[in-house]
Amino acid sequence: MSEPILSVRDLVKHYPIRQGVFRRQVGSIKAVDGVSFDLMPGETLGLVGESGCGKSTVARTLLRLIEPTSGQALYKGTDIFSLGKGDMRELRQHIQIIFQDPYASLNPRITVGDIIAEPWSIHSDLLPKGKVGDQVRQLLELVGLNPNHVNRYPHQFSGGQRQRIGVARALALNPSIIICDEPVSALDVSVQAQVVNLLEDIQDEFNLSYIFIAHDLSVVRHISDRVAVMYLGKIVEEGVETDLYGNPSHPYTQALLSAVPVPDPGSEKKTRILLQGDVPSAANPPSGCHFRTRCWKAQDICAEVEPPLEQHFDTLAACHFAAPREVFAEG
Amino acid sequence: MTKVTPLDTAYDPHRPETAVLLEVRDLEVEFRMRSGTVKASNMVSYHVDKGETLAIVGESGSGKTVSAQAIMGIIDSPPGFVTGGEILFRGKDILQMEEKERREIRGDRISMIFQDALTALNPVFSVGWQIAEMFRKHRGMSKSDGYKRAIELMDLVKIPSASERVNAYPHEFSGGMRQRVMIAMALALDPDVLIADEPTTALDVTVQAQIMELLAELQQQTGMGLILITHDLGVVAEVADRVSVMYAAEVVENADIEELFVRPYHPYTEGLMRSLVRPDHKGGRLSPIKGSPPDLLAIPSGCPFHPRCDYAQDICRTDDPPLRVIEEGRTSACHFAEVFSDE
Repeated sequence: MSEPILSVRDLVKHYPIRQGVFRRQVGSIKAVDGVSFDLMPGETLGLVGESGCGKSTVARTLLRLIEPTSGQALYKGTDIFSLGKGDMRELRQHIQIIFQDPYASLNPRITVGDIIAEPWSIHSDLLPKGKVGDQVRQLLELVGLNPNHVNRYPHQFSGGQRQRIGVARALALNPSIIICDEPVSALDVSVQAQVVNLLEDIQDEFNLSYIFIAHDLSVVRHISDRVAVMYLGKIVEEGVETDLYGNPSHPYTQALLSAVPVPDPGSEKKTRILLQGDVPSAANPPSGCHFRTRCWKAQDICAEVEPPLEQHFDTLAACHFAAPREVFAEG
Repeated sequence: MTKVTPLDTAYDPHRPETAVLLEVRDLEVEFRMRSGTVKASNMVSYHVDKGETLAIVGESGSGKTVSAQAIMGIIDSPPGFVTGGEILFRGKDILQMEEKERREIRGDRISMIFQDALTALNPVFSVGWQIAEMFRKHRGMSKSDGYKRAIELMDLVKIPSASERVNAYPHEFSGGMRQRVMIAMALALDPDVLIADEPTTALDVTVQAQIMELLAELQQQTGMGLILITHDLGVVAEVADRVSVMYAAEVVENADIEELFVRPYHPYTEGLMRSLVRPDHKGGRLSPIKGSPPDLLAIPSGCPFHPRCDYAQDICRTDDPPLRVIEEGRTSACHFAEVFSDE
């Protein structure tokens, strides 16, 4: 097996909660609480979970858009988190990001051509100035936009087209990893499918690795090779797409998958697990296993001992009572 | 852009008239704005029967919410105007009623919940006060009786420890709990029809499952008709009995849920199906609809879907096909409904 292109180890991001006149720290919000995973070259790792589980925080710490509290992230052996400013800037040409909101992530005051060319003005040694125009047009064509629209502004494009502009900008520096943070969540179904296809095409063409973050479990299944499920700042289960969706072992994964509507009126679900209550606050997560307060399998040990993420059956699961269970009927 | 919908053919003649609770017929709504007049509802017709769930499906800007707003009388006017059609509640046209009579139906017999429960609730009053307001305003109940009923309703929608939380404010609730408060308010007066406009779109999938389950349970208890407005065909497949598909301010297809998925009679519906990803198997490459949904300010000539349609012929560019009966219980607004769906 080849070496991972990115190895994340024990990534932690705690936000301090401060109170009083002296802004004394009275606690912390454990947004990401010890996350580890590997990303292989050319692979898509899906990162799923409900709002507040920390999936986007993971993405942003990897680019140091948010500084992590502790942990390691090795890109081809270099620890991203220990790099100085200049080195970090250099590294960012290899790791790019696409955001959810194509309306907010493009500067409305500059033309699309300038938006896509901006990476080259920061990394000016990568491409001679004279060639930038040609490259921009090539990129526009590559993502399925009209190269003659290079002088238009973002508001002149539809949501799907704006997301394509975001993709073009991410591709400009020829990165090896693209972090996709809910890239299709804001798009209509028909347009979403176009962007999913585009992401698959450019992945094949440039041998990109993706970290694909989304709350839509169907989209994640479609695009990912491996999937990690997060709950309250931790990965609770991780596995190859077929195993994780076919035979999940962690109760949370089972509940999560069973809640996803299947767009097929004829299909019957094997299990319908309705979770009670809401996700607890990340400022004060339950002791032991974070999921135990909503888990139907919870025993005393779950409150006392935090289950490690380890191999159970087909997947890695962090549960004392992990047991595979089919959620979907045979399709 | 002439469009004639022969009423008698657009409707299923076999449908018993008695069960119909709410029927929208040829509804026309315009928004007159500086940039031009937008037709946000173009000859829209659908109906919902007792105990039934009708899903109105469409992408953003398809006008799927506008007809519901017209039913509730909450279209901002100006710029919005209902310019034609009928909204029949138990056979009587709401649009022709006196204001007083209309008020007795809207909010009372027909109620609505919205996508964003946080903005739909008033932040400065407790949820109990807001639920009780329904009883005070519509039923003339005293304050304390109203509160009692509010607690009962909060129990009904399964808000834990309702009697303690009745005095809490909206911001103290999670998104799912807020949506339950909205549902409690909407159900307070035991309506005949509930309109749910993207009720779970802002919620996480496990919470969505809870809310949809709750709505189904309540519907079974009360026999109310439910109009579910959504873009999510997964949710539709799980809860709807019938579906109206909207595109560019028009209804392009009506069908029973099973039949719609087996054999769509409109190329747009078929395209939506081809764009779907499924959680239960991985599936191959998607073959989405080309292009993007039109701006309602610039709806294409003829069939509004023709620029994105793989089956478009010359007639599609010039003539807007009326919604017509293809078979029992099925209507489609496509010139070639029978032909393309055979391929």
